[in-house]
Amino acid sequence: MRPPAAHPLLRLAPALTLAVFLLPVAAGLVGTLLPAFGWLPALGGDRLSLQPWQSLLDTPGLGSAVGLTLATGWSATVLSLGIAIGTVAALHHRPAGRRLGGWIAPVLAMPHSALAIGLAFVLLPSGWLVRGVSPWLTGWTLPPDVGTVGHASGWPLVLALVLKEVPYLVLMTLGALNQIPAENQVRAARALGYGPAQAWLAAVLPQVLAQVRLPVLAVLAFSLSVVDVAMILGPGNPPTLAVMVVRWLGDPDPRWLFPAAAAATLLLAMVIASLVAWRAVEVGLRAALVRWALRGRRQPGVAWVAAAASATGGFLGTLAAAAILSLALWSVATQWRWPAAWPAGFTADHWLRQAGSLSGPAGTTLALAVAATGLALLLVLACLENESQSRRRAPRSLALLYLPLLVPQVAFLFGLQVLLVRLQLDGRFGAVLWAHLVFVLPYLFLSLADAWRGYDERYTRSALALGASRWRVFWRIKLPILLPPVLISAAVGFAVSAGQYLPTLMAGAGRVATLTTEAVTLSSGADRRVIGTWAMLQAAFPLAVYGLAVGWPLGRRALRRWRR
Amino acid sequence: MIRRRHLLSSAAAWPLLGPLRSTHAAAVPAWPEVLARARGQTVYWNAWAGDEKTNAFIAWVGEQLKSQHGVVVQHVRLKDTAEAVTKVIAEKAAGRVDGGGVDLVWINGPNFLNMKQLGLLYGPVVQALPNARLIDTVRKRSNVIDFTTPVDGMAVPWRMAQVVFVYDSARIRAAELPRSAAALLEWARRNPGRLTHPNVSNFLGSTFLKQALIDLSPDPEVFQRAASDASFEAATAPLWAWYERLRPQLWRQGRQFPDNGPAQRQLLNDGEIDITISFNPAEAAVSVQAGLLPDTVRSFTFAKGTIGNTSFVAIPFNAAHKEGALVVANFLLEPASQARAQDIRQMGNRSVLDLDQLSAQQRRLFESLPAHPALPTASELGTPQLEPHASWMTRITAEWSRRTVR
Repeated sequence: MRPPAAHPLLRLAPALTLAVFLLPVAAGLVGTLLPAFGWLPALGGDRLSLQPWQSLLDTPGLGSAVGLTLATGWSATVLSLGIAIGTVAALHHRPAGRRLGGWIAPVLAMPHSALAIGLAFVLLPSGWLVRGVSPWLTGWTLPPDVGTVGHASGWPLVLALVLKEVPYLVLMTLGALNQIPAENQVRAARALGYGPAQAWLAAVLPQVLAQVRLPVLAVLAFSLSVVDVAMILGPGNPPTLAVMVVRWLGDPDPRWLFPAAAAATLLLAMVIASLVAWRAVEVGLRAALVRWALRGRRQPGVAWVAAAASATGGFLGTLAAAAILSLALWSVATQWRWPAAWPAGFTADHWLRQAGSLSGPAGTTLALAVAATGLALLLVLACLENESQSRRRAPRSLALLYLPLLVPQVAFLFGLQVLLVRLQLDGRFGAVLWAHLVFVLPYLFLSLADAWRGYDERYTRSALALGASRWRVFWRIKLPILLPPVLISAAVGFAVSAGQYLPTLMAGAGRVATLTTEAVTLSSGADRRVIGTWAMLQAAFPLAVYGLAVGWPLGRRALRRWRR
Repeated sequence: MIRRRHLLSSAAAWPLLGPLRSTHAAAVPAWPEVLARARGQTVYWNAWAGDEKTNAFIAWVGEQLKSQHGVVVQHVRLKDTAEAVTKVIAEKAAGRVDGGGVDLVWINGPNFLNMKQLGLLYGPVVQALPNARLIDTVRKRSNVIDFTTPVDGMAVPWRMAQVVFVYDSARIRAAELPRSAAALLEWARRNPGRLTHPNVSNFLGSTFLKQALIDLSPDPEVFQRAASDASFEAATAPLWAWYERLRPQLWRQGRQFPDNGPAQRQLLNDGEIDITISFNPAEAAVSVQAGLLPDTVRSFTFAKGTIGNTSFVAIPFNAAHKEGALVVANFLLEPASQARAQDIRQMGNRSVLDLDQLSAQQRRLFESLPAHPALPTASELGTPQLEPHASWMTRITAEWSRRTVR
């Protein structure tokens, strides 16, 4: 039998979706690679040369910057994965494990930069943690002169990344568990006398590792190339490679564009090499896990290690909550000086005074996020529906959708900016929307695809057999059934858009201000009470949308039950 | 060919990048016409946004211009002025000779030198402004000579700055204040970890080093000429010798630095350091007013004096809303605007105007400004020292990186 053909408009969907983001990524990469080898005629670079690389190599601290980038990126990834796996291993058989998703989603929705800004105040030697125990416990009448935020090793940066990535990886691991007969395998292993954690680690983890490969790679690529968090919490002398690129792009001397392009290319190469290296690590890890399982020793200690990992996860959650609470407190504080553990008084003044400046960027943030999420949802639904109507797996090329998550942002955004300026599109709302779409699309796809593919086609077939049209079936049967995951993935898309820093800055030519760009700008030193208002509002938007997404279906169900 | 001729005919706005070019005369229309064309325009004012007081002032300027002239001011919040310069350069690289995205930039020093040399500015504009006659060009020389570069009317002065040091009088007694670079080193030795300066990639950080350089140098005249390899090495030798001894005594052993002035101020408020450098003589008073620093902070200067300069606004050659930008620039020079800028409840910046040129009523705006115990008097500030040629700042920044960034 010939597979049924999907609606012609739907058949276009995958190609259209690919074009939407492949175009800017590809054009941007070319626009970065050429100046890296000296080609940028507008700035006098009219022949290929290695001069940009020579300038890059002559930069003081380049070696440290490269080392720092690799060290922070890799440790953030490995720690996040370890804690995420330990948490799932320790909790998968408990009721808490099932509720985990609801607990971690708020942290997931929080923009990276808002969390980083809050965390900075918590971690400082004159920050909240130390104030809580000084001087009565520590005897410190003055803050200790030790480095935390901005420390040369970059540990606060790693901590912030871990804070954000653990929830993401836990969620992805839980999702992966639905793809494999995990429960049966754990039960079989437990019957053989293994503890629950060891049973899960030995029997399930080797399969899960393959399932979460893409999320782990995305975390690795992101951690190696993150800009906003590294600017807020990372060291400055030298900074990470990605921050170095952004600094050079901002230099008044245009000749810095060449080494900036070279550094962006170097970062791209480092990320690619790291992604390949992760594959090797994964293979090794799996082999080790299988050997461990085959050796067959029952080790009760494993449960403790897993419990420690999940406790660490809980501690991280507390830290994230403290970070956000500190932002909220600053935004309403009259004064809050060392060593006071609490503000001296509370006032709504900062909110009232900032209201005028907040409203514009808040509106832009909302408009961008709604438009980007709406467009992305449309494209993703069309792709998925095309897939299910034609009863074929998505074309392999659709895997390219994840490309923007694996390519460092700085590596293609600079090239993209030059292109946008040439097209006279820079600084336009549409250009920023497009840049956001590049990142919203893959995350939305990633979070919706499994639920969509898991839909029981028999509902559709029954409705079709009863004479309903395809559209009618889609609107009245399929979409209502899949509404909860659609809403959640829309909330994810909204959060991704609301948190974008570099794409907004570069495609917007600095003229499109969102809460995120403004909060990051302020974080370089403005009044903490003012930063508090911006970062709070920045965090509140995605949280509220997430609450709506979760609450709406629940509320509707409750309403229906009540009416009955 | 047609395109080329078109470009040549508008060549006033099309100098090539790279070789140094003199600025191009661009005629500014008569003022009534400027006002008429400005109405309804949106001016993208690119200004460093790290200071809330300045942001609030810019917002106030926007409200006033909206109601008085129908001009909308959009504050493009920058982390670094260089971002705006880069943007204009990128537009030029893409061949955009009009309709550019930057209408007005808050600028001085190396950024101004760069834009002026590359022919990226529209002007001369100063003399076209009705309020230009109020500018003090005699006693406030930095209004016409920016870091030794003649302004030539290519940028409009709007606020003055002078280096002061801010300290907490509850922690340091007035008699112990280090009033020279040498004394500052001694003080830091006695109080390790209690002094820092902003990162030298920030203008205030490089100003800290420039201030020390002038204070330590037997012959500060040399800094009025562009630095050469030889003059730089000879003239800065005392500075680096001083800095090598100072750095280990700094906050975080001189391995970390606050990003900018406000971040440094936050450290003072958090009790992490005892002395900060500022470019605003009213910094202490303004910060106390705003609840950003304890009531006990005061300021001091070096015995030999401190560096002063002027902040300007300039219009890029390809700005889309030049008339609107001119109206903004002129508004900034209004006596009422200048008095508001000087108010310590606002920014506390000294005015660029010559008060003798004002009417009695206008002068009263300045005379009725509130006083504050943390506000230094004119005699305490003394005559400002001249900024070195911009090349010194560029070289100092590079040399500092070479020495400290590993």
